[in-house]
Amino acid sequence: MFSPKVSEKIAFAFLTVAILIVVGFVLTILSYIVTNGIGAISIDFLIQGPKNRMTEGGIFPAIVGTVFLIIGSMAVALPFGILAAIYLNEYAEEGRIVWIIQMAISNLAGTPSVVFGLFGLAMFVKYMGFGASILAASLTLALVVLPVIIRASEEAMATVPSGLREASLALGVTRWQTVRKIVLPIALPGMVTGAILSVGRVAGETAPILLTGAAYFLPRLPDSVSDQFMALPYHLFVLATSGTNIATTRPIQYGTALVLLMIVLGVNFVAVMIRRHYKNKMRW
Amino acid sequence: MLINTRSKEFAIESILLAVSALAVVILILISIFLFREGAALFKDIPFLDFLTGKNWHPTSVPPVFGLLPLLLGTLLVTAGAIVIAVPLGIASAVFISEIAPPNVAEILKPIVEILAGVPSVVYGFFGLVVLIPRLQQLLDLPTGQTALAGSIMLGIMALPTIISISEDAISSVPDFLKEGSLALGATRWQTIYRVTVPAALSGISAAVMLGMGRAIGETMTVMMVTGNAAVIPGFPGGIFAPVKTMTATIALEMGEVPQGSEHYHALFAIGAVLFVITLLINLIAEAVKRKYRFKVGS
Repeated sequence: MFSPKVSEKIAFAFLTVAILIVVGFVLTILSYIVTNGIGAISIDFLIQGPKNRMTEGGIFPAIVGTVFLIIGSMAVALPFGILAAIYLNEYAEEGRIVWIIQMAISNLAGTPSVVFGLFGLAMFVKYMGFGASILAASLTLALVVLPVIIRASEEAMATVPSGLREASLALGVTRWQTVRKIVLPIALPGMVTGAILSVGRVAGETAPILLTGAAYFLPRLPDSVSDQFMALPYHLFVLATSGTNIATTRPIQYGTALVLLMIVLGVNFVAVMIRRHYKNKMRW
Repeated sequence: MLINTRSKEFAIESILLAVSALAVVILILISIFLFREGAALFKDIPFLDFLTGKNWHPTSVPPVFGLLPLLLGTLLVTAGAIVIAVPLGIASAVFISEIAPPNVAEILKPIVEILAGVPSVVYGFFGLVVLIPRLQQLLDLPTGQTALAGSIMLGIMALPTIISISEDAISSVPDFLKEGSLALGATRWQTIYRVTVPAALSGISAAVMLGMGRAIGETMTVMMVTGNAAVIPGFPGGIFAPVKTMTATIALEMGEVPQGSEHYHALFAIGAVLFVITLLINLIAEAVKRKYRFKVGS
């Protein structure tokens, strides 16, 4: 066998190759989408609807649909997620109930998005009678991102030093006031980061909206929450797999993929920047 | 006034508890709706026939609803993804936390995070237009839409989960253990594979479980690259042939079925099976994490 020194060299070489392969994946995927998609993107592509049975024109209705879904799902998931995180981090004491809640949250986080889609279809579309609509899809997506928001908010609040809470409580301030005036303001940047990351998730999810209201093509924009909608990820899927002319619409497909990627990664980038900024600013 | 404040505080705490408990309620509701809609299939077809049926012909007359080809399709694609993602993922995690200088690690981490941010439909699109034609050419296959294509894409998608959780586990191993090993004259590599990695093994196992859960539940990517042929995959040749996974079946066929039909209920039954599988994986991952959590120096 090799001497320890030599085997260390060999092992480290393998590890280096592994990380290079991973980085290679990232660069390959990004460069393909960017180089092929950039030519398709223009102002018209962004502000016009699809034309000529989706073989020409832009993706405006899909962008609008995705924005509606983001607003709708965040309006539901943010307040519930933050309140749940406040309870779990600030009020709950170790015990069976809290354990069950924590287990439920991790299981929700691990549930496949297509299962959420089935649930949304059975519960929101059919049982509650919302039909295939923005409303049903937003609620379904809210469930998908709820665990993400809870976890991120919990983490943000956990970084607040307990000395600050204790000082506040020792002054006779109630727990809720302490949460509102001490914990939340400090944890806010972290919570915003989590919220932004979940926006990226909502923008990219396809399977849940496929089952709850995304439309192949709509001639006009939706005008109420009970309308069906087009959305970027579903639009890309449709164009790439079942469009009228899959081969000739390749540039539109790359363009759509790039816009989607820019939204999701752009949003993630902003979140990382916020986190960095406040990490440097606040040191305890 | 004091009583007022107290009762207000109590009310707030109760509301917060109720909101948190919503997570449990949602999980229960998912189970109820999935099982109720799925169970309707078993009025006509015995449960065991569904579970062990070798054919999935939902539109033939009479229709045949056998889960086996779909279940095996899912397992094959997932197994392939794990074979790709586990060695690459753990090796990358070790590199990031143990070998890379801190400033390099700070660059590598966000790069890996990008993989987690890319939407699954974009992975599917990339697989469809870039990977599949090359796979077909390279291996001289009749079609590039194969289980292998699904495994490669899912392997890439499982990487960020496996890397970031393993990396957490590895960097939480206390320094004095490593220093002890180094002080005894062990090389850095000997320390890594004899001390650090074994000490982090529970976290790494949880990472692998969660990566597997992600691969099993992934829908859009597999649907776009695996060809979606509902046949029981052969072994090992099946990896080079088209397969259809459980997730892809649900997403592809739900749009075409009349609500309340047998086929509709069969898709919910698949969803229920999928839900149970991922639930078990999550529970095992949690148990592994808790039970073998590294306890030193506390």
